[in-house]
Amino acid sequence: MLKIENLVATVGEGEDAKEIIKGLTLDVPAGEVHAIMGPNGAGKSTLSYVLTGRDGYEVTGGSAELNGADILDMEPEERAAKGLFLSFQYPVEIPGVPVMTFVRTALNAQRKLRGEEEVSAAEFLKKSRAVAAKLKLTPEMLKRPVNVGFSGGEKKRLEIFQMMMLEPKFLILDETDSGLDIDALKTVSDGVNELRDPERGMLVITHYQRLLDHIQPDKVHVLANGRIITSGGPELALRLEKEGYDGVLSEAV
Amino acid sequence: MADGNPSADEVKVKDGIDQNTVDAARALESKNYSAGFSTEIEQEFAPKGLNEDIVRFISAKKEEPEWMLEWRLKAFERWLQMEEPDWSNVHYPPIDYQDAYYYAAPKKGAKYESIDDVPEEILETYKKLGIPLKEAEVLLGVEGAADSAADARTDTDKPRVAVDAVFDSVSVATTFQKELKEAGVIFMSISEAIREYPELVQKYLGTVVPQSDNYFATLNCAVFSDGTFVYVPKGVRCPMELSTYFRMNAQGTGQFERTLIIADEGAYVSYLEGCTAPMRDENQLHAAVVELVALEDAEIKYSTVQNWWPGDEEGKGGVYNFVTKRGDCRGDRSKISWTQVETGSAVTWKYPSCILRGDDSVGEFYSIAVTNGRQQADTGTKMLHLGKRTKSRIISKGISAGNSDQTYRGLVSVHKKAEGARNFTQCDSLLIGDTCGAHTVPYVETRRADAQLEHEATTTKLSEDQLFYARQRGLDEEQAVALLVNGFVRDVIQQLPMEFAVEAQSLLQVSLEGSVG
Repeated sequence: MLKIENLVATVGEGEDAKEIIKGLTLDVPAGEVHAIMGPNGAGKSTLSYVLTGRDGYEVTGGSAELNGADILDMEPEERAAKGLFLSFQYPVEIPGVPVMTFVRTALNAQRKLRGEEEVSAAEFLKKSRAVAAKLKLTPEMLKRPVNVGFSGGEKKRLEIFQMMMLEPKFLILDETDSGLDIDALKTVSDGVNELRDPERGMLVITHYQRLLDHIQPDKVHVLANGRIITSGGPELALRLEKEGYDGVLSEAV
Repeated sequence: MADGNPSADEVKVKDGIDQNTVDAARALESKNYSAGFSTEIEQEFAPKGLNEDIVRFISAKKEEPEWMLEWRLKAFERWLQMEEPDWSNVHYPPIDYQDAYYYAAPKKGAKYESIDDVPEEILETYKKLGIPLKEAEVLLGVEGAADSAADARTDTDKPRVAVDAVFDSVSVATTFQKELKEAGVIFMSISEAIREYPELVQKYLGTVVPQSDNYFATLNCAVFSDGTFVYVPKGVRCPMELSTYFRMNAQGTGQFERTLIIADEGAYVSYLEGCTAPMRDENQLHAAVVELVALEDAEIKYSTVQNWWPGDEEGKGGVYNFVTKRGDCRGDRSKISWTQVETGSAVTWKYPSCILRGDDSVGEFYSIAVTNGRQQADTGTKMLHLGKRTKSRIISKGISAGNSDQTYRGLVSVHKKAEGARNFTQCDSLLIGDTCGAHTVPYVETRRADAQLEHEATTTKLSEDQLFYARQRGLDEEQAVALLVNGFVRDVIQQLPMEFAVEAQSLLQVSLEGSVG
């Protein structure tokens, strides 16, 4: 599924360029959920941006493949059409563009890139209603501009809404638990768990163990200083929770 | 920032702009100004010129209390010591303030007991402008179908608008007063309000735009003739849109109207302002002051469709529109929103602004400005963030054609205590032809590191965050830009109340899609 090998990436341009990812190797097979944990500044968000192709992040070494296809040379939208989805840590406001318009435009753009037919308005509406209900989003909210005036929790639910509508093949959740209260965390996690599928892979980036109580990972990786320092099963997350990063890191080095 | 210089002989049409847009903008050229007729009616003028006696004359005509006269005289004294500002990017010959009339009113009385007493000529004028003053017509839209105005009142599908019609210096009619009164809303000419609600007027007049604010505002304080007063009491949602239509008719007359709108705690009001003037060869001066006060949890929406006579293609005649509009979000969680569609005037100098004093208060400015012929517009807004978590949004769309020149000038100022203040500014310009210009002059001052300020002037500078967000979802760059721009234009159009949006559209007929290049 997602295969990252010895990835090196910098942020910034010219002399200001700073190496953040320093030889990262990671393999997430289809059907598995992997968590990436790590202290602030470890390179967690950078990894998500490098994988999705954001401007300002340059890959200087290594490779990343999704189902065998090299994604690093693709435009962001091509990666999206290949099924790569990022749930943003800070979802962006798009004034004047209603959620429904945005998601439908995105879905059809992806389908077009994949050479598929556009979805019919009726079909889209029907599905969006069902998904919205699961995420406790009101039809009214879907008419509002994307993320504008949404609370932190609503924004995260809206990310999951988009994810469930677009049905990506590989999901990256960047700190999806930040800003969520317990109830919202449950709603969001239920949505994510519904997408667990033998054909689908997930990378869950988080600071805290609490999200992993709800979305149970097959593997946990600790990212520090641009590398995976140590990996293990779900018990590693619990250990991190108890001992902190310092404890686990000093042992790993 | 964009300076127009497309190729010579033909109008260069940017990608994404269809020919209709160009045609529509061209159709706005002066000969097509449909509001340019004048009304033959006997009028009473103040003696020409400006001096203390004129100020007294106006005050006496309005039967004003002593405090009002003193307030005017104080302003006049200040004005004499002030100098006309010249910092804006507009050019016009010196104005001879002594060569104008400061008061003009239809001769047969200034105020009419009922709509039936309003002279037919004036009713016709407003009717020609599409502003029927008879309530039944307002309700039903057609004449003769007015057998039961009461039935229509229960018909919630039809938007209803109460109108205050100002003809030169006086308010000639105010509709729906009874129904508004039942809701507790005061909606009347400011002259009446000064007499009937002196304590309210005195409490708020000049508190948003101080007497000494600027040259034209100070002049207005001295000689303002009429305008609208609105007070919406605590917790009341004004049951209908309120509007004032300003009509300049008399020759050589300045119009100095004064508008004061107060939304008390938790109140809501949407107010519309429309303006037209006859085509005349000489320039007419329009120096209005608008003050808005929103108390705790109150919201005021103020929309303008300004269609003053812009002058002919050679730049002869037209209205000088030097207006001071300012809203004060005085209470926590209050909100003031300015929406303007500016198509007229020879020279415009106007910055509807918000003082975001209350915590969590919100200020918005949405503007579409079209200049053509020899028109000049220097317009924009000021957002002063004083309270915590105050938010402001500025969306400005400028279209210049012909030999016109347009400047967006804006100030976003975040003060020391405005923790977590946010501003978003988007200014887009569209140039049609090779002899017009557009300039963007945004000022930003912040005294807080946590302020979030975004300014976008062109599509290439659209927020990277938004662009990436959309592309991550599968849109290519072009689609992403189109979607975002559509969203922004939509913001402005959608801010206009339904019935006004239609008017604005018929005025503009300009598709703004792709106005960012």
